[in-house]
Amino acid sequence: MASDILSPALAHGGGLGDGTATSLGGVLAPSPGTMLRRRIFGHAGLMIGATALGAIIAMAVLAPWLAPHDPYDQDLARRLIPPIWHDKGVWAHPFGTDMLGRDYLSRLIYGSQISLLIGFAVMAISGLIGTTLGVLAGYFGGRIDLAISYLITTRLSLPVVLVALAVVALIGGSLWVVVAVLGLLKWDRFAVVMRSATLQVRGLDYVVAAEAMGCSTARIVLAEILPNVTGSLVVVATLEMASAILLEAALSFLGLGVQPPLPSWGLMVSEAKAYMFFSAWLINIPGFALLALVLAINLVGDGIRDVSASEQRI
Amino acid sequence: MLGYAAKRGAMAILVALTVSVICFLLVNLSTDIATAVAGEGARAEDIEFIRKQYGFDRPLIVQYLDWLSRAVTGDFGDSLYFRSPAADVVWSRLPTTLILGALALSFALVLSIPLGVVAALKPNSWLDRLTLTIAVVGQAMPSFWFALLLIMLFGLTLRWLPISGSETWAHFVMPAVALGYYATPGIMRLTRAGMLEVLASDYIRTARAKGLRAPSVLFKHALRNAVIPVVALAAVQLGFMLGGSVVIETIFALHGLGYLAWESILHNDFPVVQAIVLLISLVYILLTFIADMMNAWLDPRIRIG
Repeated sequence: MASDILSPALAHGGGLGDGTATSLGGVLAPSPGTMLRRRIFGHAGLMIGATALGAIIAMAVLAPWLAPHDPYDQDLARRLIPPIWHDKGVWAHPFGTDMLGRDYLSRLIYGSQISLLIGFAVMAISGLIGTTLGVLAGYFGGRIDLAISYLITTRLSLPVVLVALAVVALIGGSLWVVVAVLGLLKWDRFAVVMRSATLQVRGLDYVVAAEAMGCSTARIVLAEILPNVTGSLVVVATLEMASAILLEAALSFLGLGVQPPLPSWGLMVSEAKAYMFFSAWLINIPGFALLALVLAINLVGDGIRDVSASEQRI
Repeated sequence: MLGYAAKRGAMAILVALTVSVICFLLVNLSTDIATAVAGEGARAEDIEFIRKQYGFDRPLIVQYLDWLSRAVTGDFGDSLYFRSPAADVVWSRLPTTLILGALALSFALVLSIPLGVVAALKPNSWLDRLTLTIAVVGQAMPSFWFALLLIMLFGLTLRWLPISGSETWAHFVMPAVALGYYATPGIMRLTRAGMLEVLASDYIRTARAKGLRAPSVLFKHALRNAVIPVVALAAVQLGFMLGGSVVIETIFALHGLGYLAWESILHNDFPVVQAIVLLISLVYILLTFIADMMNAWLDPRIRIG
């Protein structure tokens, strides 16, 4: 075990690679590519997650063609129509309408754009910051590691929700402010995991060989280290994407995230709070949508971890 | 062990100082404090007077040192909304949040440790898969929706529990469940992994070979060793809960720190916001330090390495 400056209590975020072992029976071993394909398609969680995530992404991309109505179109004469599975539901509004008479299905469909945008954008920003810091700390060690571990520890001790709420309140809420604030706050797990993954790879023969051949540091980091830690990177990326989506929903729910009339799913739950006793679907439909999206992303992440972990065993 | 503790302690103090700088700059760089103190509709000369009176015209570093030296003695200035010392406002709300945090953590531990143990005893059984499913779905559940579902079921439909306020113990049941369930997947997985590792170890085999009864092996030998990292994780989770209680406290109108933070942010009451963020950060730093010491005490490789 390498000398670890970073707090061991935080290392649980990096508990990766404990995937299940697959027994490779049979006389004729198929080619590695075939086996990888079999593992991917044989992994139920990964397939379900990928299908659901694909469907939600398709929904977001095709929103203008899929949505039956304009998501911002108010019609006070047609407010609080229940969804189609209730007795009073009408086919013109399959998921009913909200308290301002806006079509709920259309708002839900457009809302997926916001959640996915937040998820991917925050993942990209925080992933860039965290991966850079983590790989540098793990590769160089010593003082650089000490300095970066200090940054990670400082970041972790700040309460994300409170700091994000305070910053959004001070500079004003909007979609891009939320993206920037969460992106700048949520790089910690990337840094922790990339740091320990780099530490593991760093001592391996091919890195030592590259160093012995006199490769530049940039080449070693970009061409030898990075490709070999992408497994962990993808897993953290999915976790962080899921967590960013939940955080945006929570911020918007508290009124300090994405602002009305944008159909953020968290904001939709918040706006419907007062109506939840008689019109429970108003909070349950966006709530369930959030659950489905985050679950799909987590299943994909867990699945990739399992598949890539068993790949290493061959 | 002492050297390790000193190294960790030095890091903790450095981090605490950095956090105080961030708390200070967070407010000072993003708003004009004199305008905020003067309140809405203040005249320009009033704002200038306040700027001189409170020393907001001095260099930032001087203001920071002044703020820090007061903060160390517990003086965070006056709340702009409550018109009383910010520290008093925060202290008065602290017990509610501490009770909520303790109850939420207890709920998480009581639920997740037995489930983790059972899952480890029969890996890959239907029970193991069920607990894993609960963990995966639980992690994906938005906390505010879960809280609202609890309110609809137990508060509005069944009318078993009160839905807002903090007068009796019954008021804390739903908030504690809503806050605590979020920590259960992590604790459950760690308990399961720890138990699997311990149960496969030599001393458990020896204990079994000696003919000790199964419950004795399980509880005296195995769980005791598997649970210490779990306690360390629980300490860190408690820190997260204090920071994350804002959503739950707002929903259940529990007037603790989280609710106060939300109110103060909306009212632009920055002395209180600074005090809360600093307090929660310090508690988190302390809890992480304790967790590190526990892990190091348990595992010599950490403190020597």
